[in-house]
Amino acid sequence: MYEDVMKRKNEIIQRAVGIDYSKFEIEGIAFDYERMMQEVSYTLEEIKKIQFETQVGNTPLVELKNLTKLVRRASKPGKGARIFLKDESTNPSGSFKDRRASVSVYHAKNHGYKGVIAATSGNYGAAVASQAAKYGLRSIIVQETFDSNHVGQPEILEKGRACEAYGAEVVQLTVGPELFYYTLKLLDETGYFNASLYTPFGIAGIETLGYEIATQVKSRYGKFPDAVLVTHAGGGNVTGTARGLKKAGAFNTKVIGVSVDLRGLHMASDHDFNRKSFTTGHTGFGIPFSAYPDRVDVPRNAARSLRYLDRYVLVTQGEVFFTTEALAQVEGMMRGPAGNTSLTAALSIAREMDEDQIIVVQETEYTGAGKLPSAQLTFAKKMGITVKNGDSIKEDIPGKVIAIPQDVEQIGVIEYPLENLKKSYVKESIKMYGRHEFSNTEKKFMAEDTNSNLKEIDEMLGEVLKNGKA
Amino acid sequence: MIDMAKKGDWVKIHNVVLAPSQRSSNLPEDTKKVPLEAWINGFLNEDGEIGETVKITTLSGRIVSGTLVEVNPRYTHDFGDPIPELLKIGPHLKKQLEEGSD
Repeated sequence: MYEDVMKRKNEIIQRAVGIDYSKFEIEGIAFDYERMMQEVSYTLEEIKKIQFETQVGNTPLVELKNLTKLVRRASKPGKGARIFLKDESTNPSGSFKDRRASVSVYHAKNHGYKGVIAATSGNYGAAVASQAAKYGLRSIIVQETFDSNHVGQPEILEKGRACEAYGAEVVQLTVGPELFYYTLKLLDETGYFNASLYTPFGIAGIETLGYEIATQVKSRYGKFPDAVLVTHAGGGNVTGTARGLKKAGAFNTKVIGVSVDLRGLHMASDHDFNRKSFTTGHTGFGIPFSAYPDRVDVPRNAARSLRYLDRYVLVTQGEVFFTTEALAQVEGMMRGPAGNTSLTAALSIAREMDEDQIIVVQETEYTGAGKLPSAQLTFAKKMGITVKNGDSIKEDIPGKVIAIPQDVEQIGVIEYPLENLKKSYVKESIKMYGRHEFSNTEKKFMAEDTNSNLKEIDEMLGEVLKNGKA
Repeated sequence: MIDMAKKGDWVKIHNVVLAPSQRSSNLPEDTKKVPLEAWINGFLNEDGEIGETVKITTLSGRIVSGTLVEVNPRYTHDFGDPIPELLKIGPHLKKQLEEGSD
């Protein structure tokens, strides 16, 4: 039965998203990304209107004056950029994911679908359920929730509760990528719309976030932000935010992706599953989805982060817990913790920048039972993880030790060179297309898709093939 | 724990979706050994007992069958315990801010 459903994957998905991806194909690896984004989805103006109607977006931009003071205290004279936070938790279901869901669910409603389905263990489930409630559509959310001992990750249990509170049916599964199989079966059975995170709808919905950041900063301070920090998982957040910044004219704003460092933990491992204190925004998504975006549930992923990233850094679990505590204690904002991933990096990156520069952290998320650091760390201790105070970057070991810093001075970032991601992209392309040769059209596409030039693509192809690792 | 459930009660059912031998070939060793399981909540279609195969109507209106495992299933997650490793961060940072404003 598994094989039978998987064989019909393309047919099921085509009906469930209503997009004919074949018309954007050019040749082999190459497809017309910009044309897909323009033709499939809605314009920025249309999306603003769709989101306004359902109370999504137009979230406050808050200056974190106390955290900025603490950063300056730990910086060289003249250093310590102003840190601003886009309070996305004020969206209807409590995260920026409402922006993604708003467009998908609007589209589903207008195209006669009776319901929507999303496969997600994250805030996106609540967002889809909330939007479906507004439009009078039914919704089903499929989550990876438990390990084989029926122990649930508290953050995911909370998200399941939230989905149910908005009226969604929630299917809670044990660990494994066959979540996709189960989702296909449901799409086939119900005829509902696949509110995938990776269609042009899901990405275009985030463009308003980048656009609002650029215009809010410009209207208050007469210039665009110097850097925008984006929590990086599947690539949608980076892609949508960066596209929105550009649509507002903020071409020189640096887009910095940030993921929680969970390297070493296997994302499909039953054992490792409950030894992560973060269920999204981590390297288990950030790295593989950048290197091979089309690994998703639709033929062509609209989230293509390497096109937009200027820099990619990692932070530790312990650092994010520190930052979450600090945000509550000195700024009076109880949020996150996963949504504070990029705020954590801001505390370090602001120290490299001048006092008159502006950093915007582009999200927050709601918090509460299951999500708070107290809930996550109590659970981590129960799962045998050592929780201690210490130098997080040196002592944190994903799945074994969470070392929590005590001072802003101890917050740092781990640089993950974009060159490495680009090489992985080339390596994955060789593997997925089973070829060592690519046409000029394909190489031109690879260059665009990784923000490189043709010469760099040729060099990376040469290097990967020489090392024989593809 | 309640063993009997009446038609219309809010309950949780369980299913084995894929036995270990039916699972995807591309899995880590530990995951390969265990089945893929599912739990779904809904309103019970007929009276039933814990352990029986029953049918429910879910919040999306689907009718699904499975083993009845819980009546009025509890949300088990909570706020956790106070974390000593976090508790001193607030006072420490506030002191730094006070010093800075002197």
